Amino acid sequence: MTSPLFSRTITVFALLLAVPVLVVLGSLVTPQPQLWTHLLDTVLADYVINSLVLALGVGLLSAGIGTFTAWTVARYQFAGRTLVQWLLLLPMAIPAYIMAYSYTGLLDFAGPVQSELRLWFNWSYGDYYFPEIRSLPGAILMLSLVLYPYVYMLARTAFRQQSGSLLEASRTLGLTPRQHFWKVALPVARPAILTGAALAMMEALADYGTVQYFGVTTFTTGIFRTWFGMGNQLGAAQLSALLCSFVLLLLYLEQWSRRKLKFYQQGQKQQEQSRQPVQGLTGFSLLLLCLLPVIFGFFLPALQLVGWALERLEQLWSADFVQLLINSFSLAALTAVVTASLALCFAYAKRLSGHWSLVLPVRVAAMGYALPGTVIAIGVMIPLAALDNSIDLWAERQFGIRTGLLLSGTLVALVLAYTVRFMAVALHSVEAGLMNITPSMDNAARSLGESPVGVLKRVHLPLLRASVLSALLLVFVDVLKELPATLLLRPFNFNTLSVRSYELASDERLADAALPALAIVLIGLIPVILLSRALDRSNRGAT
Amino acid sequence: MLVLQQVSIAYGSATVVKDVSLSLQQGQIGCLLGPSGCGKTSLLRAIAGFEPVQTGSVILADKNLSEPNHMIDPEQRRIGMVFQDFALFPHLTVAQNIAFGLKKKPKAQQQQIVAELLALVGLPTLGERYVHQLSGGQQQRVALARALAPEPEVLLLDEPFSGLDADLREALAQDIRAIIKQRGISALMVTHDQFEAFAMADQIGVMQHGKLQQWGSAYELYHQPANRFVADFVGHGALLKGEVLADGKVYTALGVFAQTQSTFTPGVALDLLVRPDDIVHDDQSGVTAKVVGKSFRGSHILYSLELEGAEQVYCLAPSHHDHQLHSRIGIKLELDHLVLFPRA
Repeated sequence: MTSPLFSRTITVFALLLAVPVLVVLGSLVTPQPQLWTHLLDTVLADYVINSLVLALGVGLLSAGIGTFTAWTVARYQFAGRTLVQWLLLLPMAIPAYIMAYSYTGLLDFAGPVQSELRLWFNWSYGDYYFPEIRSLPGAILMLSLVLYPYVYMLARTAFRQQSGSLLEASRTLGLTPRQHFWKVALPVARPAILTGAALAMMEALADYGTVQYFGVTTFTTGIFRTWFGMGNQLGAAQLSALLCSFVLLLLYLEQWSRRKLKFYQQGQKQQEQSRQPVQGLTGFSLLLLCLLPVIFGFFLPALQLVGWALERLEQLWSADFVQLLINSFSLAALTAVVTASLALCFAYAKRLSGHWSLVLPVRVAAMGYALPGTVIAIGVMIPLAALDNSIDLWAERQFGIRTGLLLSGTLVALVLAYTVRFMAVALHSVEAGLMNITPSMDNAARSLGESPVGVLKRVHLPLLRASVLSALLLVFVDVLKELPATLLLRPFNFNTLSVRSYELASDERLADAALPALAIVLIGLIPVILLSRALDRSNRGAT
Repeated sequence: MLVLQQVSIAYGSATVVKDVSLSLQQGQIGCLLGPSGCGKTSLLRAIAGFEPVQTGSVILADKNLSEPNHMIDPEQRRIGMVFQDFALFPHLTVAQNIAFGLKKKPKAQQQQIVAELLALVGLPTLGERYVHQLSGGQQQRVALARALAPEPEVLLLDEPFSGLDADLREALAQDIRAIIKQRGISALMVTHDQFEAFAMADQIGVMQHGKLQQWGSAYELYHQPANRFVADFVGHGALLKGEVLADGKVYTALGVFAQTQSTFTPGVALDLLVRPDDIVHDDQSGVTAKVVGKSFRGSHILYSLELEGAEQVYCLAPSHHDHQLHSRIGIKLELDHLVLFPRA
């Protein structure tokens, strides 16, 4: 069906995207005993323990919050339920590093909370104990507050899809509703909850901004330190490889529970269970409980940002801020177009041929979503720098000119890293769209007298438009929010909203950091709103 | 007229259709019947132009559509198709779906054809709906209207009723047969359900392992099956052991019969096909058999009867003849012709 040239080109592109992963894993081939003895003697134990505690803590806490809110929203009818059902998605709009410094501003010694406490109780410095937010437990809390929606979304759908007769069967077999939750509803939804928790844990391992700001040493901060502090690129790559192995473990857990998900949801009649009405005080307390994660995960930090931004409103028209917007938007738009186009090619190649030589590289290329931005940045930097050096050397020998950093110091490196990281997002969206166009639709159009090009124009184009747009949008927003890869790879003096806001916050200029941060949050709201509409639609489809 | 000449189809090294030849007259409805994986859908797709043929040719109105190394594109064939999943375009309304194959015609004429077809399939008011707003049966009718719109010479239907409720199938099958007959075109359907085939088709082909086992009317398939597979696949029946006697007659547990065409020589071991309607229940008859099983079918009861020597046959009796299990009932033979197969 496909021309060999087309499929070969696609294979090459897919392999190109797989290079960073392979470089990082390949770094293990060159042993560095000196570095590793040093690391073992000093910080490696910290890296491993802190990273694991962080991931596990975030996994447990976000599973708890996500499952509780999902169950409440899916099974009880109370005043304000429809509103809270989508409000619960809002925290996804805030990147964890922005949460981190918003809360630092709120909770530190000079912040509004402690100041008020001192005023009320007439305390002064040293009179009282106040928990330190800039700590490992603090980081777990911050990350869980923005990552629990992963669990919430999947669990809510799972609970919704549980047949009404399941509860009735439990009741006739002598279980109370509470026992039904623990013995039936929760185990049936377990694959969904596990999948969500695994995704949250992957994000926790990938986090750089929060842990760096809170001074918690983890793998990601260690990779930065080894790269910049010690100047050991290979060592950084090897640390990345170690981090990768943790992530791959989680990835396996995620894929495994997704398979179960299919199995658990099979063969159950979609007989909608009506929600149990809850009125009065109980209903109100359910509403309040569900609002807690939204208040702490979105409204409080957002209000803090708005407060700061209002103090610095004049920044809005400054040339600096406009330049940030232009940089960020053009970078995100460029990456979105590149990634979505490639995803479209991959998806079509898979549809047309389905041969393993195509499917396998595409699958490897789509693995980037699981890898931390830091790891991908290292994997992009090393081969590009090597390439630059050899081009430079060759040009000097041949023509006597030095080309310098052609690729590694430019936007090419950045766009490549983003494409690797967000390919899966775009591919998922495009493939879902393409799946709705069944092969028999192609056949039907052909037998109705349409040429292959005509089929693309009259059937595929209109049916794919929405999913390609959503791929563009999702990648656009993800690029705007991305921090560590941008920090590592951006060209000299090239700033984006995320980098600028992070740098200002690191310099303790929290109020100055607020405006770019708020811009990211506002743009981050767009996909959340789209997502909640898509969720509503799929839930309605199940009834 | 649609003619298939010794068509074979292969995927890689696996041959899925072997040497199939058949012809369908203008205005006839044909049906390919067989278990799943017998190659019937591959054959349909080859006629539509979605699969190449390895050998043989597909000829429509004296024009060669498919040969090895030569294929006319599906869009050039003037063959309409109704797909198993209907394959309606979700981004278009019902009217736009039906008009999809009419783009070369002027707008006014398109509208007229769409209105006519909507009336023909019994959905005159649903033109502005989207596909997802229709029931399964309605989608089926739209798919039919869309395939008929460009006035194809042959209509192909791939398991057209498999996605529908049982009570809907029969009514729809009758309607669709009437519509196809009214348009005067040929149609070829694929199904694994013999009752659908009986309800729709003039000519039925039974397929197994990629081969066409028999091509004939429903009556011929039931009463004159060409081989054991057809006898077994179409309708109920039992095989009784038999032997050809010295005088050429066939001896079985039900008695001795003269061969209609004496093709088997004395001494040969045979099996005789006995259909439930070959054995008539008669309380007056002296010949009796023991009831070993019964299944109530509304107007009739299907009895399983045990003969002398433990062989079993079926008997279809009017349902007010309700006899107890293990009782003996009188039977009468009404064998019009013998269907004999040499014993394997």
